[in-house]
Parts: sequence; C-alpha cells; structure tokens
Amino acid sequence: MAVVETRKLNKVFKRGNVGAVVNVDLQSREGEFLVLLGPSGSGKTTLLRMIAGLEEPTSGEILIGGKLVNDLTPRERGIAMVFQSYALYPHLSVFKNIVFPLKAQGMPKEKRLKQAEWAASLLGIQHLFDRKPRELSGGERQRVALARAIVREPSLFLLDEPLSNLDAKLRASAREELEQFQKRIGTTAIYVTHDQVEAMAMGDRVVVMSQGAVRQIGTPADVYDEPADTFVATFLGSPPMNLLPGPDVIVGFRPEHFLPPGVAERLGEHISFGFQISHGEYLGAERVLYGTIAGGAFDGRTAVSRIPSTHAVSLPDGSLQTFAVALGDVKFFDPGTEKRTSRRSIPA
Amino acid sequence: MIRRQRWLGPAMFMPAIVYIVALVGVPFVMAFLYSVSDAKVGSVSYHFVGLQNFVSILHNPAFRRALQNSFVFTITSQVLVLIGANILALSLKEAFPGRRFFRFLILLPWVAPVSIGSLGWKWILDSLYSVISWVLVRFHLVNQYDTPMWLGEPKLAMMSVILVHTWHMLPFATVILLAGLTAIPKDIPEAAAVDGAGFFRTTFQITIPMMLPIINVAVLFGAIFTFTDMTVIYILTRGGPYDTTQVIPTEAFFAGILGSDLAEGAAISIFLVPLLVIAAYFVLRSAHRAEVT
Repeated sequence: MAVVETRKLNKVFKRGNVGAVVNVDLQSREGEFLVLLGPSGSGKTTLLRMIAGLEEPTSGEILIGGKLVNDLTPRERGIAMVFQSYALYPHLSVFKNIVFPLKAQGMPKEKRLKQAEWAASLLGIQHLFDRKPRELSGGERQRVALARAIVREPSLFLLDEPLSNLDAKLRASAREELEQFQKRIGTTAIYVTHDQVEAMAMGDRVVVMSQGAVRQIGTPADVYDEPADTFVATFLGSPPMNLLPGPDVIVGFRPEHFLPPGVAERLGEHISFGFQISHGEYLGAERVLYGTIAGGAFDGRTAVSRIPSTHAVSLPDGSLQTFAVALGDVKFFDPGTEKRTSRRSIPA
Repeated sequence: MIRRQRWLGPAMFMPAIVYIVALVGVPFVMAFLYSVSDAKVGSVSYHFVGLQNFVSILHNPAFRRALQNSFVFTITSQVLVLIGANILALSLKEAFPGRRFFRFLILLPWVAPVSIGSLGWKWILDSLYSVISWVLVRFHLVNQYDTPMWLGEPKLAMMSVILVHTWHMLPFATVILLAGLTAIPKDIPEAAAVDGAGFFRTTFQITIPMMLPIINVAVLFGAIFTFTDMTVIYILTRGGPYDTTQVIPTEAFFAGILGSDLAEGAAISIFLVPLLVIAAYFVLRSAHRAEVT
C-alpha cells in the first residue's frame, strides 16, 4: 500500500505554451479512492500519466510510498494501470494477458497460475481464460483489464476513465462493483474521470481540476456543498449552481435550494427573490424550472430551481413567483478572483 | 440514362484490363504454350512436345544450380530484409531530431532506379577500384596485393548480390512495417511498460506479434519479387563466376532469349509459377487478415 505525493508538479508539452499541469500539490491517503475530476483538457490524465511514469514532468517531484520516483521507469514504480481503452494485448488469450505482468516479473509458472486464478476469481472471469480480447464484451474486457492490474498486487492502482467505454446501464453496475472491489483489496487508487456522478459516487476524496490546476480537494460533500470557487460550483451539480453576478459580489445557490412559495416560508433566515418562470420541465421525480430573477440587484439574471415533484405547488410557465433561499445555503464569491469570500450579506 | 450508367463502370476499368491482358496475360499464356513446344527464336513451326522440356531442364545441372541459387538468394535476402526492416522501423518510429531526413534517406534505394543503384554497387565491388577493399587495406585487414574479388569468387559473389538486393528491398519492407507499427495503438506498449515489460519483452512478445500479419505481407511480397527479379544479378555478375550466381530468371533469360531456345526458357521461367501462386494466395490472405485485426 502506498501514498502518492506530488510536489509543485508541472508539465508543459510545448515550450512557450501554457502548462497542461500547473503546480499540482497532491497527497493521497492510505487505501484511499482518490478521484481526479475535470473537463477534458483539464490535465487530469496527464497528471495520472506522470504518476505512472508514462510522461515526464517538466518540473516538480513525484513520491510513491515516500520514495522519489521521478527517475524511475513505470516498471520500477510498482504500480498498475487500467487504460481507458483497456489496452488488452489483442493477440494473447485472456489468461496470457493476465499473467503477462507476472511473467515480466519472472515469477515461476505454478505461482503465476495460482495468482491468475486468484485475480480472475475476484472478478469472476475464469471461464474466459481461453478467449481472445476481441471475443469479449465491453464489460468483460474491463474485468480482464482489472484482473491484469491486480494480479501482481500493486501498491498503487491508476485508473484512466475505465468506465467510459461501457454503455450507461452497465456503467452504473460496473461503478458499484469497482468501488466495492477497491474497498475489498484496500489498495490506494487514483481514478480519472470527467463524470461528476462517478466522482461523487466513488471517491473518498475528489480533486477538481481545471486548466491544469487543482481547484479544490475534498470529500464529495465538501466539493459539492462548499465549492472553493465558481468553477467548482458550476462544474459539479446538474443543473449547475445558480450564480448571480452583483455589483461587488457573486451570489451562488444550488437549484435545489431555490424554493417556491409555501416551502420557502418554512426556512429560517432566508433571502427572497422575485422569480419570473419562463418554462418548466417535468422529470418524474422532480421539476426543473427555468426563469429570471425579477427586481432587486440581480434583476434579469437567469436562475434555475429544482424541486421535488412531491411539492404540489402550481407554478405555471410565465408566472411571477416569490422564491427563497435559506441564508446558510447562499455562497458568496469574489467577482475578481472568483473564489469564495466570507461575506454573508447580499447587495440590496 | 440507366443504360449509360451500366456501361460506365466497365468502360472505366477497360484500360486497366487491356493493359493487364496485353502486357501480362498474353506473354504468360505464350510462355505456357512455348514451354510445351519446341519453339526456337526465328522458327515459325510449333510442335507440341508435352512435358519434355520440363524433364529436360530437370536433368540439366545448370538449371538445378539456378533453382538452388534462387532459393538461397531469396531466402537469405528476405531474412536480412526482415531483420533490417524491423530494426529500422522500430528506430524510425521514435521521435528524434532529423527523423524525417533519415526516413527520406532510407527510402532512397527504392526510388532510385535499381539499374543505377546496381551500377554504383558494381564500382563499389569492383576488383581493382573497390572502396570496400581500399578501406579494408587501410585498416590492415586484408593484404594490399590480394584484395577480395567481390564479384569474382563464387561465395563472395553470391554474398555480394544478396547484400545489394537486400539494400534495394529494405526500404519498401521498412515502410510497410513502419505503417504496421504506427497502427498499433499507443496504449498497448504503454500498458506493457506499466506491466513491467522491458524493451525486448515488449518488442518480441507484443509489438512484433501484433505486426505479424503485415510482416507476412512484406515478406511474401518481397519473396515473390525476389524470385522473379533478375536486375541485380544481371548487372553485377551476369550469373557468374561459372554460373554460381545464376538464378531462375537469369537462367531463363540466357537460355530463352540469348540462347534462342524459347521453349527451354519458357519452361524455366514458369517452373516456379505454382509455388508463386501459392505464395500469392498467402499474401492476399495475410493482407486481408491485417485489415481485419
């Protein structure tokens, strides 16, 4: 088991260009499932590849288990990686794919067989041993890739969007399985994804990245409820957090905290807004209402409200309503730096 | 309208058909007809003699030697091409300064007319003016008054024609292998690196096996080409010394065209057709498999 640490890690692909990874300081915890989350081009995969040793950092240090590994090859780092494409060796059978890392280690044959049986039984794929990768379904390929990764009991697991090639239904079950699996083997894992649902569901902690830099590190609840800046606030959550730019502050609140009349009154200390509803969407379990703020400092700003369908309030399209947010649910951001500020009042 | 459409396709490929029939089909059929006849240059008579020509060439030691030489020439040069092209392709895939220039250099022997290249080699391997001998003398590796006769001693001559032919065939094989190599997804060698495989394990257990279909195409194509080509040998040695570098195509040329025995020349030249047809079948099958995987 190992802890990964990066210190002031930078990667610049082309001299003169902005960095793909900028000053990343990161420290994983023992046995943790750490998720790197960000839109495409945010540098999360580059960061993972640098930890794996597939990409050389421009500057900074990488430590695995307290040891500086900058100059070590991937094979010397004691890691295993699952690629987005799974990168199974197409000309080798499933069994030979799984024992490949063991053979490279020079493990004797009987021990290899035992180890492969163990890894395959954890994932329930022993019956596939003689097949070639092209004869497998997407889900089976993913399991083979996982088996190949765990077979030599690595100290660190790196996963690069391993679920993105699965169809939506399979993805949900594979996600849960992967999560359980990691808990069972207890190996530290670093998981890259652009899917916020995946990140929230799986991560012990989530590292939100944008433009090569880490924006926030925290538990899923931390990054969702206490976003460090406007990027994190809007990247997480669907629909994203409402951000209302005012004269000297940006006011933010989640759509599910923007509540209609009849519910808002039950809140303690709260802020009321006039809400001109333009149209609503009925999504079964909930309703999503789109509209603009009417009156006050934020007049004309668009906002979204998300309310459970169980609130049987009539909110017709085109009507003007008074919505409210509990004061504790309102976040304030500095318009210059876009970071959270400690201010606790809204402009009149 | 529809009527015209129906003729458009055939009309478009007709020139190719005419070309192939006139320049390949007709000579091939004629070679076959000659091989079972007693045709001679300058004679207009045609008598069917069955397989007599084939029986006769099989009893001819010169033909048997040419047949053997053809196999030595083809197999040795193709093995060398295979090794060389793999090394070149693997190194030219890596990014290094001047890679484009090196790729261009490697291709030169293929784009330069083989006759010009071979003439250059004729000088390089000349008995008096050979630069190779000169270098060897300077390094005191051979006696100044007893330099190797590169094209004048049976073993050296065979070695020389094989090396020059390898030089000529190498670029084409390299380009094919390079294409096969770049078609391997980048993830695969990276996965091998993370899995702990070093350079040799990755190369011999992952990269080369994955390139196998395309390597087959390159080798079989090269073998067929080598079996049927006479340029290098004709220019460098004319089959000499004492017919020790004679191969099937040169033997057929000397017997059939220069020796005026059309029937014998035809029999020699189509002797290997069945073998080459089988080889061609495997080329096509490999090419198909290379597409699928």
